[in-house]
Amino acid sequence: MSSTLFEKRLLTRDRGSGIFQKLWQIPWLFVLLLCAVAGVGYVALYSAGGGSPEAYAGKHALRFGFCVVMMLCIALVDIRIYARLAPLAYVGGIGLLVLVALHGEVGKGAQRWIDLGPLQLQPSELMKIILVMTLAAWFHRASVERVGNPLFLIPPTILVLIPVALIFKQPNLGTSLITAALGGAMFFAAGVRWWKFAIVVGGAVAAAPLVYANLRDYQRARITTFLDPESDPLGAGYNIIQSKIALGSGGLWGKGFLQGTQGHLNFLPEKQTDFIFTMLAEEFGLVGALTVLGLLMLVVVFCFLVALRCRHQFGRLLAIGLGTNYFLYIFVNVAMVTGSIPVGGVPLPLISHGGSAMLTTMIGFGLLISAWVHRDAEFGPARD
Amino acid sequence: MKWPRWRRPKKGIENFTMRGVKREEERRRSVFTRRALLLAGGQLGLFGFLGYRLWHLQMEQGERYATLAEENRLSARLLSPPRGRVLDRTGRVVAGNRLNWRALLVAEQTQDVGATLETFHRIVPLTDIERARVERDVRRRRRFVPVIVREFLTWEEMARIEVNAPDLPGILIDVGTTRLYPEGEHLAHIVGYVAPPAERDMDGDPLLQLPGIRVGRAGIERHHDQVLRGRAGAVQLEVNAVGRVIRELDRREGVPGQDVEISVDTELQKQIRGRIEEGTSVVVLNARNGEVLAMASQPSFDPNIFNSGVSAAQWRQWTSQRATPLINKTTNGLYAPGSTFKMVVALAALEARVTTPFERINCPGHFDLGDTRFHCWNRNGHGGVDCRTALKVSCDVYFYEMAKRLGINRIAAMSRRFGLGVDLDIELPGTRRGLVPTREWREAQGRPWALGDTVVHGIGQGFYQLTPLSLAVMTARLATGRAVQPHLTRSIGGRPVRGSRPEDWPAMGINDRDLRLVRESMWAVVNEPGGTALASRLPGGFGQMAGKTGTTQVRRVSREQRERGFRVDTLPREWRPHALFVAYAPHDNPLYAVSVIVEHGTSGSGAAAPLARDVMTDVFNRFRQSPPGPRVAEGRVG
Repeated sequence: MSSTLFEKRLLTRDRGSGIFQKLWQIPWLFVLLLCAVAGVGYVALYSAGGGSPEAYAGKHALRFGFCVVMMLCIALVDIRIYARLAPLAYVGGIGLLVLVALHGEVGKGAQRWIDLGPLQLQPSELMKIILVMTLAAWFHRASVERVGNPLFLIPPTILVLIPVALIFKQPNLGTSLITAALGGAMFFAAGVRWWKFAIVVGGAVAAAPLVYANLRDYQRARITTFLDPESDPLGAGYNIIQSKIALGSGGLWGKGFLQGTQGHLNFLPEKQTDFIFTMLAEEFGLVGALTVLGLLMLVVVFCFLVALRCRHQFGRLLAIGLGTNYFLYIFVNVAMVTGSIPVGGVPLPLISHGGSAMLTTMIGFGLLISAWVHRDAEFGPARD
Repeated sequence: MKWPRWRRPKKGIENFTMRGVKREEERRRSVFTRRALLLAGGQLGLFGFLGYRLWHLQMEQGERYATLAEENRLSARLLSPPRGRVLDRTGRVVAGNRLNWRALLVAEQTQDVGATLETFHRIVPLTDIERARVERDVRRRRRFVPVIVREFLTWEEMARIEVNAPDLPGILIDVGTTRLYPEGEHLAHIVGYVAPPAERDMDGDPLLQLPGIRVGRAGIERHHDQVLRGRAGAVQLEVNAVGRVIRELDRREGVPGQDVEISVDTELQKQIRGRIEEGTSVVVLNARNGEVLAMASQPSFDPNIFNSGVSAAQWRQWTSQRATPLINKTTNGLYAPGSTFKMVVALAALEARVTTPFERINCPGHFDLGDTRFHCWNRNGHGGVDCRTALKVSCDVYFYEMAKRLGINRIAAMSRRFGLGVDLDIELPGTRRGLVPTREWREAQGRPWALGDTVVHGIGQGFYQLTPLSLAVMTARLATGRAVQPHLTRSIGGRPVRGSRPEDWPAMGINDRDLRLVRESMWAVVNEPGGTALASRLPGGFGQMAGKTGTTQVRRVSREQRERGFRVDTLPREWRPHALFVAYAPHDNPLYAVSVIVEHGTSGSGAAAPLARDVMTDVFNRFRQSPPGPRVAEGRVG
């Protein structure tokens, strides 16, 4: 018995050591899947650029190539180092959020961007990854009893609320809600009791009027136009209506590559970023849209597989957090373009044009692969 | 805040706590697995929801959205066909289309609209009003929609703009068409003019919705508007979200407007207009088929002004004048016919057998009816006059007597047969019918008809209101015995219209002997000693003219004036009588009928007859080589 344990440990070590063994461990099928998703993005952006790679698609491919290399580098680093770096990353992330609040570029009425020369960074995107890391680290060693202790839950709640508040203040209602949901999912996966969620959700509903009072005009407009988009067909409701027209007119098989009238005649707003999925669905129809949705679902499924396979709580929580993060992007974006939830500037990472979301998503997948490669790494035991 | 410490456990201790660690680890793992599966299930469910949404939008409502998408991208636009031209009888273009070179400004092609306009102003000066209009249009329209800066550019202006093109970003030159009337005011009353359609012009033709379209507002332009206008073409365009045209999907060319050929001879018209003064109108008809050869009303106006819009000042100037340049007096001026009406009375009397050609009526210079005395123009009297003499010397007493014998209604009936007081189907909208009174007409006004009224109407005075055109028609009918109608249209789109041959017009059914007598009397008026227009004989070589003078008072001459030795030439001009003359020629083979009215011309023989002679001379000179005989249906193509 002890010998098997020892052998296992030895195996673990062997698996964890040596760059070539690690490379062997990288889930290349998953990397291929990511390439397929980015390839879908290339096709969509090629069309969005008016049938030319110049506007968006070329940059997209270049950026993705860079991100893949970065992702693999991240993946090769021992998972335990990330666990140790989590507090530092958290402080750094909060610092960036504060910085963007003070010196950020104003885009669409909100301060969200930091200009880093060639790259514009949206710290809120990065912060979500960091939050996942941080919470995973926090819950990593907590025994089931400890998680049941409300006092133990106060610090991570604060850890979630600080970035949520900062992002809300930017103001970016959508991302702050997504961040909060992501934190909630982490708590849930860590084993926090159902009734505690009930209390928080109840509190949130009670606080909703207060939040609504603090919303910016355009944010309120989004909610009201969501409830009744036809009320203002040329104003705030325009995006939703045109997106639904584009989607609906695609039908089963779509209008064909580069043949989407709504997209190519500019009826569809922001077709290269937030509404890229609409563009795809218009040109490739329900079949194409469901195929893309399926590909994206596979990515999420892989995250969950990693989570279930990991032998350490940090890796499990990290994987489930990253998976949920990517899932939230997909869900919010597609629900938004189908007119199911209010429009918020949420891109479809790896498909939408835009470096920030791709960069942070690929950092996340780097961590995920690291968790897979180091799935059997030894951490200390749980504390009680 | 307490952070977990990460360190690799020492081997020995690890073995010692292994069991507890393992148990704890398994608990955590089972909790996590449960929760992970719940999360996965939830997310899968949400994926399902997205799939359902897509199915709902793309399959269930797909057709509806497909329609909406098509509505988004398709835009139909009308193409305006070129307007047909109006040609005169020699094929000369009297209403055509001119290329209109315009400078347009496309706002999106310049950084600074103000600067571009300023540069433009230095090259082609713009008024402040123009500049304000351009800036307003730029603000109102999408930035890629061209805005007209200046229309009707000359070659020189265009050259200056082209040379300076690099300094004029956003300015482009474009060519449209505009209506051009090369003969200007000479034919304005006949050809008419065009103007942008008003609300009441909207007859359902989609063409009228086009910006820049013009509809005929007067004259031939209005009468033949449908023919000249053509039919709109259409082009189906694909447009993008801001309305910019991406490409043309389908094009259906319109039908160009057809050319209309009119019977007027521009050279003759110009010669006649050169002879006449303000307040004079002249009509020349082809007596055999009713074609209008010339129709002059002085003063006139320049129809080209209507193209670019009539200014308020111009409009006031036109409408405030006593001479009313916008009104065609030949069709809308109303006059008493005076003695030119006497042929009608004579024919009515002969037809009604209330007299014979040989009956003589004694003219003592006046005619007494009860207490009322009606004077002859010749106060000394004409002595005994028969019908021929009465017409030749224009004896009033003879016609007082005839009118008394006939009664007003028989005179009116004969008048109508000669085209007086009835609608003449001339292609000039707004032509007045005029008025030939009857007993019933007067009684409808609540007044009794007095015998004295009838007497006065025997010499063409009284309630008569007739147009110069109708007097010309009367003359043509006298000359030919056919009920010719005046008309202007010779052919439409190269196809001749009916009515150009004399046989197209029915005989009037008037006794030929009576008609010959009246014609001979009219010949005598001009060619026999004692005739009232003897001084106005045609020069040799043209055949002889037959005619009748007329002088109509515009104010009553009182008895005192008469007794004091009244002389018209001492009156202020606007109180002097109108001078009239109607004539046809040649007498032996009538080809042309002329009516002349000189407002306040004092006397028919003094002012109107010589003018008619000159006009007739012009006509003969003009048509000596090729008399405008009946047009054979030769069918011009194209």
